[in-house]
Amino acid sequence: MSDAAVRKKRPVYLNLVAIRLPLPGFVSILHRISGALLFLAVLWLLFMLDRSLSSESGFESVRRYMKLWPVKLGLLAIIWAYCHHFCAGIRFLLLDLHKGIDLATARMTSWLVLAASLALTACFGWNLW
Amino acid sequence: MNRIVTGAHYGLRDWLAQRITAVIMAAYTLIILYVFATGPPLDYALWKDRFAQGSMRVATLLFAASLAWHVWVGMRDILMDYVKALAWRFTLEVLVLLTIAAYLGWTVQILWR
Repeated sequence: MSDAAVRKKRPVYLNLVAIRLPLPGFVSILHRISGALLFLAVLWLLFMLDRSLSSESGFESVRRYMKLWPVKLGLLAIIWAYCHHFCAGIRFLLLDLHKGIDLATARMTSWLVLAASLALTACFGWNLW
Repeated sequence: MNRIVTGAHYGLRDWLAQRITAVIMAAYTLIILYVFATGPPLDYALWKDRFAQGSMRVATLLFAASLAWHVWVGMRDILMDYVKALAWRFTLEVLVLLTIAAYLGWTVQILWR
């Protein structure tokens, strides 16, 4: 059997529940999830930007709207998504430049990205309320 | 060989565009944070005034354009990875493109009203 034929018959095992994702993989999938979330969030953010710039009363209504707890929760999720996407994005740019590609450093920077984005989220969340 | 035709050499261009637009958006984010963090407390007059300035409008439009290209590459990557049925993938890709176009149009409308 040719080499290619052997390779073709190998079983594909992609049970997403059973796979234990390594830490850098976890950061990577969160980058995707946060990116998709931000794409959808633009609609909501544009709505609020539109209202807030429309008039004095529009501005105040957005300010009141942002005090509701479901809105706060949603904004907090968006802030986290933005911070994570930002931090992980910088890590990926550095990886593109071949900075920090050995396993130990890659793991360390993965922890750094997770911790930094959560810390930034807490910081911005605290400042907004 | 099982070659899937996906178009002609846009891979590298989009790869590069995704990174350049990322840097533009990161710079905008830091500048905006600095401008509002160092300014006086935010009220409607200040908010309105900031967005009335030409530099702010152009910078925000540049951010929106970067976001449009960046999000197209990103969402297309996601759809190519997870949506296998061609009809579904194509439909969703068109929906993403239409959404991006609507976002851009709305942004221009908000900035120059």
